[in-house]
Amino acid sequence: MTTTTAKSKVLPPPTERYSLLGWLHKNLFSTWYNALLTLFAAWLTYAMLKPTLTWIFGEARWDVISANLKLFMIGRYPIEQEWRVWAALFLLTWVIGLSWGSWVKKFELSGLVLLLIPVFMALLPFSMDDRLKILGLSVFSLIGYVIAKSQPATFSKVSIFAWLLYFPVGLLIIRGLTGDEGFFPVVDTQLWGGLMLTVLLSVLGIMFSFPIGVSLALGRQSKLPIISWISIGFIETIRGVPLITILFMMDLMLPLFLPSEIRIESIIRALVGITFFSAAYMAENVRGGLQSIPRGQHEASHALGLSGFQTMAFIIMPQALRAVIPILVSQFIGLLKDTTLVMILSLFDILGIGKAVLGNPDYIGTSREVYLFIAAVFWILSYGMSYASQRLETALGLGER
Amino acid sequence: MSENNNNDPIIVCQDVHKWYGQFHALRGIDMEVRKGEVIVIFGPSGSGKSTFIRTINRLEEHQSGQIVVDSIELTHDVRNIEAIRKETGMVFQQFNLFPHLTVLQNITLAPLQVHKWKKEKAEEIAMQLLERVGIPEQAEKFPGQLSGGQQQRVAIARALAMQLKIMLFDEPTSALDPEMIKEVLDVMTELAESGMTMLVVTHEMGFARSVADRMFFFDEGQIVESGSPEDIYNNPQEDRTKLFLSQILQH
Amino acid sequence: MEKTHTTQQATIPFWRDERVLRVLGQIIFLIAVIVFGYYIYNNMITALAKQGMTPSFAFLNQTAGFDIGERLIEYERADFNKRAVLVAVLNTVQVSIVGIILSTILGVFLGIARLSTNFLVAKLSSIYLEILRNIPLLVLLIFWYTGIFITLPRVKEAISLGTSIFISNRGMVIPWGIPTETWRAYLIVLGVGIVLSAIVNWQLNLVGKRTGRPPLVTLWTIITFLAVAIIGWIALPQSPLTLDLPTLQGLNFKGGYTFSPEYLALLSGLVIYTAAFVGEIVRAGILSVSKGQIEASRALGLNAFQTLRLIVFPQAMRVIVPPLTSQYLNLTKNSSLAVAIGYPDLFAIAGTMHNQTGRSVEVIALMMGIYLSTSLITSVFMNFYNKKIKLVER
Repeated sequence: MTTTTAKSKVLPPPTERYSLLGWLHKNLFSTWYNALLTLFAAWLTYAMLKPTLTWIFGEARWDVISANLKLFMIGRYPIEQEWRVWAALFLLTWVIGLSWGSWVKKFELSGLVLLLIPVFMALLPFSMDDRLKILGLSVFSLIGYVIAKSQPATFSKVSIFAWLLYFPVGLLIIRGLTGDEGFFPVVDTQLWGGLMLTVLLSVLGIMFSFPIGVSLALGRQSKLPIISWISIGFIETIRGVPLITILFMMDLMLPLFLPSEIRIESIIRALVGITFFSAAYMAENVRGGLQSIPRGQHEASHALGLSGFQTMAFIIMPQALRAVIPILVSQFIGLLKDTTLVMILSLFDILGIGKAVLGNPDYIGTSREVYLFIAAVFWILSYGMSYASQRLETALGLGER
Repeated sequence: MSENNNNDPIIVCQDVHKWYGQFHALRGIDMEVRKGEVIVIFGPSGSGKSTFIRTINRLEEHQSGQIVVDSIELTHDVRNIEAIRKETGMVFQQFNLFPHLTVLQNITLAPLQVHKWKKEKAEEIAMQLLERVGIPEQAEKFPGQLSGGQQQRVAIARALAMQLKIMLFDEPTSALDPEMIKEVLDVMTELAESGMTMLVVTHEMGFARSVADRMFFFDEGQIVESGSPEDIYNNPQEDRTKLFLSQILQH
Repeated sequence: MEKTHTTQQATIPFWRDERVLRVLGQIIFLIAVIVFGYYIYNNMITALAKQGMTPSFAFLNQTAGFDIGERLIEYERADFNKRAVLVAVLNTVQVSIVGIILSTILGVFLGIARLSTNFLVAKLSSIYLEILRNIPLLVLLIFWYTGIFITLPRVKEAISLGTSIFISNRGMVIPWGIPTETWRAYLIVLGVGIVLSAIVNWQLNLVGKRTGRPPLVTLWTIITFLAVAIIGWIALPQSPLTLDLPTLQGLNFKGGYTFSPEYLALLSGLVIYTAAFVGEIVRAGILSVSKGQIEASRALGLNAFQTLRLIVFPQAMRVIVPPLTSQYLNLTKNSSLAVAIGYPDLFAIAGTMHNQTGRSVEVIALMMGIYLSTSLITSVFMNFYNKKIKLVER
């Protein structure tokens, strides 16, 4: 490493030269109290990690998870109809592949990683049948990707319609069509459960709350006092109380609010509560976006003769929504976590299923395993989504103007 | 109703007043602008000159007095407000281009949405206008990728695309670096020569002197003095005008 | 374009007059809201009438008829429902205040650790933040309660920390003070201490204003209070509190003060969860003070401590306080998840009361009203504070 060409003008900076010892010194042992801190932190890590790891790999009874995996994923959804959930998933991965192929211009490593996740999952000890289905996820997204790549221009429009169509179609596949009999029998919503219910509630919640939230944000910003007061009243009431009280209220009072002929399933009641809750927070996020748009944009648009509605639709909203996309992603993650509260209303979301499984005498004393598994599922989903959205932000240059 | 000949006033303002809360921002403005005239409005900041030209296309509401633009009176009638906005264009100090649209989309948006033109026609006219302001090669870029001078020229093209009769300029060069002011003023001069009616709030005295037909000096919400550029420069009548001119011409 | 409107100053048809349109739009909207509200209200009254009920809060003055395991004030099942509500509110307030204090301490610690130059410390803190921020609080609370707190050893094999703190599946017992005869006198001493420290605080602020060199106001205020408290304790003929040590008697501990496992699980769950968010806020706040500010301050000759106290801290606080308050409100609202682990907070008691009385509408209205007023009062204070500290800009 030693160079004797002392006359050369460009020298490597002395401290930046990389060596393990140098790095250790700089980052861990630079001063005596830093060294002390390092030792303490190392001891803490060891003290926490050792019992945890011995438990995870030794004492823990993970059979409670593997034996009940279907329950955790889809609840009491009839097993002979399980293929429909898979069908909905395949359709989803196909649409994802389609939009990836038509929107993402150049090859992205993250795409490959996404594609490989099911492949690795298939290596886990599932049944052969399930492994094939998991691999199917990759296959379908690849098919979508290849189709889209053949004609990106046409398929970028197709994929938007595909997304719009996906949600009603997917719901229909899961709910069923043909009464109690036949190929597509209706599956009562009381049987929906597990992770499927958690995801459905949060996805539908955020979708329905979007138009309501945007209207509330516009209402709050309105120059017309009555409209703005009513919007503020709604938003602040919802934001001022815990979600569980809203869910509780909807569960008990929604049947009272509507004519007595109408009966509403408990999942719908929960969904209404989640939607209202999410709409109030959505309104505040969108309002933040609206306020970030300079007044000059309104004025320029009016000066060009655009009406108030046109100004909102073509000038203000596109900019405001673009500005709040990252916040909306984190709101969705928050909502995903918050849907666990429906368990208190005795719905069988993944947490509710966990509680039910623990009620089985065979699995007494496995609550750590069950809840740790559930926590891990949520962690992977929400960390994965926030990581992906950060990557997407930088890739699309969002947040910069 | 009648054909405007060149001596008819296209803008008539009579005793226009405006208050912001207790603050009396416009204190009885009277002004007549004939078709094809170029009017330069100048004055110290806070004198109401920007507020005044913004009342003409109803970005600000006047509380008393009368404003008639091209025989349409500006009242609370939403149809009149729309009609006047279709006939007037405005160029702002801060450009106010729409950052999420390309240059071409910025220009074609209003023709497509307000005039309901066909896309081909709107784009063709937009390209002609970009030629006219000298930046046809920037059509597909976003505003954020342009220099200030280029952005302001796009803003002028965007206003012109509405095929209007009156252009309002609210300090169009104040936010520009010195080397970019000229390129914008050149476009404005060319526009004036083509016969456009223009109301320009500006402190660019060279521009005013060579292009303006009449100049108005505003102070404290009133027109202190008006006249041809020669009168104003060489023979100002009011002390306030003299003082202000001496201050800005020192530079 | 038709141009015939020159003379129609007074004759604008109302559907084109922007003033009329504004008012009309609002009236129509208001009517729609009222009609919808009335429809809902009517359905509700009809449905209640079928069950033979009319909305009324008279049940608050009826006997509650249920027990509450944990309470800060006297309560028996024969007491009125309104007493039960008060017990519930106090429980929620108590767990929230303690939770806020502890999560602030832990959060500040985590936020600073996250920015540490020590690689291991920063990494540990960041792992903590990333894990806790991405799992649902409810899962954490239930895991914490059923997976940890109630799997602790039984009372007989209780873990002892030091000599007189015991942790078992019945909770944690700690030594507790029992008031003696001089306790009331001592309370007066403490009152005097508060007054004195307020005076010191006020005077030091005046000194700061006069000299332009603010002394360490908060520090001296605290020292004053502590000094009075300690002197009072020693000076009184008998010490105001005697220590009550817990001892194992039979199947349970006697003496001391017992925190139930439900309370401990709720409190610690709320604290470790909220601290992760507080930590992130503190980190962002510190990072928000631009490096130029620190450089400018050092260039003026202020030392590191002065820079921190006079330049960094006041600026970081402006960024930290608003989101911090909303985290505090979140913690208070999240304490309603206590129902899942059986701690009697406001929501849990409201649920019980609903089961007992069948008064769903009233109970929900009461409960939401209490949560809502807490939030509103907090935001009023916050707006006041924000206005006060807002940087003056053009």
